[in-house]
Amino acid sequence: MNFDFSSIIFAVVVVAGMGLLIGLILAVSAAVMAVKKDETAERVLEVLPGANCGACGFSGCSGYAEALSKGTAKPGLCPVGGEACAKDVAAVLGVEAGAVEYKTALVHCMGNCDNTQDKAIYDGITSCAAAARIGAGVTSCSYGCIGLGDCERACPYGAISVCNGVALVDKDKCRGCSVCVKTCPRHIISFVSDKDQAVVRCSNKDKGAVSRKACAVSCIGCKKCEKVCEAGAVKVTDFCAFVDESKCTACYKCVENCPQGCITLFDSDKDDTVTLSV
Amino acid sequence: MLIKSLVAVFLAAILTENYVLCKFLGICPFLGVSKKLNTAVGMSVAVTFVMVLATAVTFPIYTYLLLPNGLDYLQTIIFILIIAGLVQLVETVLKKYIPSLYKSLGVYLPLITTNCCILGVTMLVLQKVTTTTAYTYTYGHALINALGAGIGFLVAMVMFAGVRGKMENCDIPKSLQGLPITLVAASLVSLSFLGFAGFVDKLIPLG
Repeated sequence: MNFDFSSIIFAVVVVAGMGLLIGLILAVSAAVMAVKKDETAERVLEVLPGANCGACGFSGCSGYAEALSKGTAKPGLCPVGGEACAKDVAAVLGVEAGAVEYKTALVHCMGNCDNTQDKAIYDGITSCAAAARIGAGVTSCSYGCIGLGDCERACPYGAISVCNGVALVDKDKCRGCSVCVKTCPRHIISFVSDKDQAVVRCSNKDKGAVSRKACAVSCIGCKKCEKVCEAGAVKVTDFCAFVDESKCTACYKCVENCPQGCITLFDSDKDDTVTLSV
Repeated sequence: MLIKSLVAVFLAAILTENYVLCKFLGICPFLGVSKKLNTAVGMSVAVTFVMVLATAVTFPIYTYLLLPNGLDYLQTIIFILIIAGLVQLVETVLKKYIPSLYKSLGVYLPLITTNCCILGVTMLVLQKVTTTTAYTYTYGHALINALGAGIGFLVAMVMFAGVRGKMENCDIPKSLQGLPITLVAASLVSLSFLGFAGFVDKLIPLG
């Protein structure tokens, strides 16, 4: 056997040299093009709960931490961490914690089995997303809650329960993570501040005559609420009322005057599920 | 002739020689990242980018360094080394100069580093250089092939993301739920690409 050692050594040198060269280039480039890490943001990130839910309005905890360190966001926007988290964040940043604004999910529909009828018997898989794809859904209202519980299953905190064909949020359990808002195929769940205010529990955008047939407690777009509201907080667009919560003074004139009863109180102390469940 | 052959190489890489559906390379990201359309597209764009870049670097190294010195048997190990280093470098450069692109592609880049799809594109193209007789297979052909392979990857990913989206609302037997049904679906999608066999050969004889 006659080995040509020089060729083996040459191959080793080529591979090793290549590795060395690439390593060198990477080391130099890493040193030259190093990106400065925001140390405050990293420390803030450590005290945030890490749920990455986006309820603060930023893209996950890291996005919020970045905004906090730059001073463009206030502590106390994180509903998951609550007051303790706001305090920790404020301690890291060296600022006042301020009040935590709690938000809770609200289902803008009261179309339970007593108020709406089924157009057809639905026999498919138990999923709102699937049912919503069949025609305009199976209940008489094509805007309202389907009641097959996609949000109930999606909620990581067990705050939503489907009760008599309509989803209800237990706001004591709701942490404002917005998973249900994204899950609902009808897009009828949104966030409201946890304060005394009037809320519209209907999302029907059909004309009054049509929506009245669909559901006993639907918004018919009569604009009575708009007229009686002294604060100018209620607006009717597309035959459906909307309350601007920043303007609402909780005088409840709209609630008293709504002929359909689709505007209701939202009491920050009372449990929503108890007031509404039948 | 050159343009025609470039078009033929491009189409062949997308349809008849689709690296995912016909050569079964890169199955890992194909099954792993195809759940949602936007991640599938992001991954594919990153793969295309790295494929072209890797070919652009490995092809000259093979022809001017390895082949003349009789070291072509080292191509696998050298290519892995180069691709891994290259992806790392791209990541650093993107992070520094194009942070927005880094945010959208960055998460996929480490996944690609040692992907067999990239290695396959850079290595299989070298076989063609020696076997193709109809025309000379140049550097340009190799780059176009890499681009086509990347777009073929994108096509496969987007198609499969659609198929998986449909499957979300299906009543799948419990024993088949998850990966089993995904593999069955993948094999059916791959079967459909058999229909393209011979399509490009008619366009131009590939030797």
